Amino acid sequence: MTTPVTSPAQPPGATYLDSASGESLHPAARSVLEHALDVGYADPRRLHGPARNARILLDNAREATAEALGVRADEVTFTPSGTHAVHLGVLGLLAGHARQGDRLAATGVEHASVMHAGQWHEAHGGAFSTLAVDSVGRADPSSGAGATVLAVQVANHEVGTIQDVSAFTEHAPVFMDACAAAGRVALPEGWSSAAASAHKWGGPAGVGVLLVRKGVRWRNPFPGDDRVDERATGMEDVAGALAAAAALQAVVAERTGTGQRQAKLIDRLRAGVALIPDTDVVGDPVRRLPHLVTFSFLYVDGEAIVTELDRLGFSVASGSACAASTLEPSHVLTAMGALTHGNLRVSLTRTTTEADVDRLLAALPEVVAGIRRDAGL
Amino acid sequence: MSELVLDCTAMLCPRPIIELARHIEDVAVGGEVLVLADDVAAATDVPAWCRMRAQEYVGVEDVEGVPGYRVRRIR
Repeated sequence: MTTPVTSPAQPPGATYLDSASGESLHPAARSVLEHALDVGYADPRRLHGPARNARILLDNAREATAEALGVRADEVTFTPSGTHAVHLGVLGLLAGHARQGDRLAATGVEHASVMHAGQWHEAHGGAFSTLAVDSVGRADPSSGAGATVLAVQVANHEVGTIQDVSAFTEHAPVFMDACAAAGRVALPEGWSSAAASAHKWGGPAGVGVLLVRKGVRWRNPFPGDDRVDERATGMEDVAGALAAAAALQAVVAERTGTGQRQAKLIDRLRAGVALIPDTDVVGDPVRRLPHLVTFSFLYVDGEAIVTELDRLGFSVASGSACAASTLEPSHVLTAMGALTHGNLRVSLTRTTTEADVDRLLAALPEVVAGIRRDAGL
Repeated sequence: MSELVLDCTAMLCPRPIIELARHIEDVAVGGEVLVLADDVAAATDVPAWCRMRAQEYVGVEDVEGVPGYRVRRIR
């Protein structure tokens, strides 16, 4: 029997507040994606007409992405995921600087993909260490001294805190994880390689972006491939890349308005949850990404609160151990000394309204109180 | 000085923290509670509880292979 290919219905009235995990396709990307799927299917390396079409779309995607991120087109490579772009960005920079040393240092709040690249580097004989962060999650640039390569994010994917990336670059070449920030804030200066991920700005999943600045020593740390772009792995998702570029352009064009609106809503959320007793509101309240916030409720089970909010129609993420795929608490919260249980990360979409935020704020006190009551408190 | 040992081994967070909250007043002000917990989250959450509840986190010690988190009641 053939397995039917199905499409589940959208849950009615669900308020999706997990854009930091993935934001729905931007309307600007949809028509581009459909057209590019029809036209851009061929292998851009070939010499025939359909291949030339694919090549034109891919070059277009690269140029539009470069323009939106403020880099050169030949500094952009499309990868099969943000994670893969991170791995190439970190390990390629280390390979290019192997003569200078093998010491990778990353801030203690980097994304898991950076930490996994560090562990890979260590398993292959290199040195890997993490840099301490303060209670809002910011690392001190002077702590980067002595590293061969530094990994520093633009801003944190769980708590939103913005790092002083440029200040680290005086110590060592910097790989910059821009996955949480790309499209939402302008990128800082001075870094050597960087990574971004399209589904976090409203592009399709399965499109990552690797950036390597002109003149930077970067060597492919993996087996490599015979693509026109030496940094690419396998045939690019041409249609996906073009749709990602269209979404990025739109998001960048709209970001002043969207960012201001989201920053105000997050301020509202931070102030509102702080009124719930025994709540740890985490991250820098000012120098942060506009669209997300993390907080933890004492005595509350992370899985229980995510499940209860889901039942009430709110889709949110959690960094608590019991709610994580790894069964370990978030290393970001741990590095900051923040409460790890009862944790929620709320990240707004481009269409989240004040009414959405207010409904969540209205629901939370009773949800939290109910779980605490069940725990016997 | 009074001391209370709470055996929270095999409990997952937030359970050890709930036990700590329930029993902190079982010791007098100045007394200590030693929370034995093997859940890794306790290493972060016991100090975080102390910060949020204005109690003093003394430190962690090894108690026969299990981490023991020492808390002093100061109010």
